[in-house]
Amino acid sequence: MKFLSDKALERLRGGEAPNLEGTRYRLIEHVARGGMGAVYAAEDENLQRRVALKVLDAADASGALGKRLLREARVLAQLEHPGIVPVHDVGTLADGRVFYTMKFVEGQRLDEYVSGVASLPDRLRLFLRICDAVAFAHARGVLHRDLKPANVMVGPFGEVLVMDWGLAKILRETGESPEDAVGETVFQLPDRASAEEDTKASVVTGHGTVLGTPGYMPPEQARGEVERVDARSDIYSLGALLRFVATGGEPKNTAQLPRPLRAICEKAMQEQLAQRYAAVPELAADVSRFLDGLPVSAYRENLFEKMGRFYRRYQVAILLIAAYLFMRALLLLLPRG
Amino acid sequence: MAPDEAHFTGGGSFPLTRHSVLQAVRGGNAEERARALDLLFAAYWKPVYKYLRLKFNQPPQDAQDLTQGFFAELLERGLLERFDPAKSRLRTYLRLCADSFALNEIKSAGRQKRGGHVTHLALDFAAAEGELGAQAIDPAAIPSSENLEEFFEKEWVRSLFSLAVEDLRNLCAMKKKQTAYAVFEAYDLDGNDSVSYAELAARHGISATELNNLLAWARHEFRKFALDRLHSLCSSEEEFEREARALFGWAPK
Repeated sequence: MKFLSDKALERLRGGEAPNLEGTRYRLIEHVARGGMGAVYAAEDENLQRRVALKVLDAADASGALGKRLLREARVLAQLEHPGIVPVHDVGTLADGRVFYTMKFVEGQRLDEYVSGVASLPDRLRLFLRICDAVAFAHARGVLHRDLKPANVMVGPFGEVLVMDWGLAKILRETGESPEDAVGETVFQLPDRASAEEDTKASVVTGHGTVLGTPGYMPPEQARGEVERVDARSDIYSLGALLRFVATGGEPKNTAQLPRPLRAICEKAMQEQLAQRYAAVPELAADVSRFLDGLPVSAYRENLFEKMGRFYRRYQVAILLIAAYLFMRALLLLLPRG
Repeated sequence: MAPDEAHFTGGGSFPLTRHSVLQAVRGGNAEERARALDLLFAAYWKPVYKYLRLKFNQPPQDAQDLTQGFFAELLERGLLERFDPAKSRLRTYLRLCADSFALNEIKSAGRQKRGGHVTHLALDFAAAEGELGAQAIDPAAIPSSENLEEFFEKEWVRSLFSLAVEDLRNLCAMKKKQTAYAVFEAYDLDGNDSVSYAELAARHGISATELNNLLAWARHEFRKFALDRLHSLCSSEEEFEREARALFGWAPK
């Protein structure tokens, strides 16, 4: 059996830690691992700031994954929005691996953060900020395709950032190969149960092997109908996100949500594309109306519900008017003198 | 049987099912128990030997006897069955048991002799002794107890990784991916910083991209083997995640 020196042990423990020689970055620590790449905290020695550095760590026989990472960086670079993590730089390491750097987000993932937000209105306002970012991307022809709580970060000041655009699809690119236009699809297999062959864990196979995340993935994406995936597919995922956020991270408690809110989730998560909200601003508008105590388009109230909602919205005025009328009635009924 | 499990025991023998070693040792299935003990001894015998050698400043022959005797005692007295994961990690427990055993043996001067009634494990003590020499450790200079604890930890990692490297070597041989193993060995195992990607690629007649791919694959498989072995040596998923983080800085999903 081969003897492993102390140096070898360190290398093996470091694994695919990138060698950043020749770049302006200094590696700090490993932060996260995704289906295609690993993310490290690094120091930009020129600007003296911490950045997140994403680098391919899977075998990339054809160079397709490197191209994809580069594409991810370029997509992000076009999306300048406070709710979308900004890209700073892109490059190639000495070993040929593509990397890009982006803002290092200190904060919590949404799935960790939301259970600590007690107020439903606060949680819904957080959701609206996610909608803002996604609507912005859609307006620029970019679909996220993997919206889920783990891909949303909440910063220390409550700022919301939509992360991990690795599965993003650009709707209006021209001059791309058909594979690129359809959107390379990356299959994220659980690491220890992955198939025995080298690159199959994250290989693009063109049409069909789409994945996102079960529970947040629209049916058309789960079926591999890549050509049918459009903005309404992200709306499906937003519906699932809304359910997650509204229940404080406990989707099994969906039945306890107010009916209009449940109806909004259901509409967003309709099986048929045509029955979902047509665009993110429509979904966001319904959530805003719910927050304002107004009727929502997804839910048809009965008379009692209308009256109840009216009462809740104008409760103070109604009680003041009632008190005034009561006083008037009392004055009329009391004997004069 | 998944291919990675076949490779796990480095040569096609029937693998342990996905229990921890402890569960298998305590279970009723004799075959599972035997394989679990093989796994345990494979991971621990070298760290125990080197540790006893250094801590008690024993000459090689005596340290060998102590090591053999310790593992025999582990079985005879059912020490594994008595292990309580709530109180410590398995390797801490084993180290302390080895301490206690060695102290008693040395005091009583009644250590197991070779050819005694205990079945001796076929262990390559010469190789272990050679490794101690390669590490340039002077057994006569007895380190502090904290150093010894760290030493044991490091030797355990070395042992675990060596076994995983062996698993990888067997896998590469089986899959005829000798080049992948060769570049992994040259770049990651031999620890030669002067070897560049370009040189290594040229040496094997491949491009730097192909080299990167082969290395990425080999590292990925190595990590899988190491994590599989680690998993079998842990008594719970929580312990496994903690240990994986300590080893690699992250835990597998």
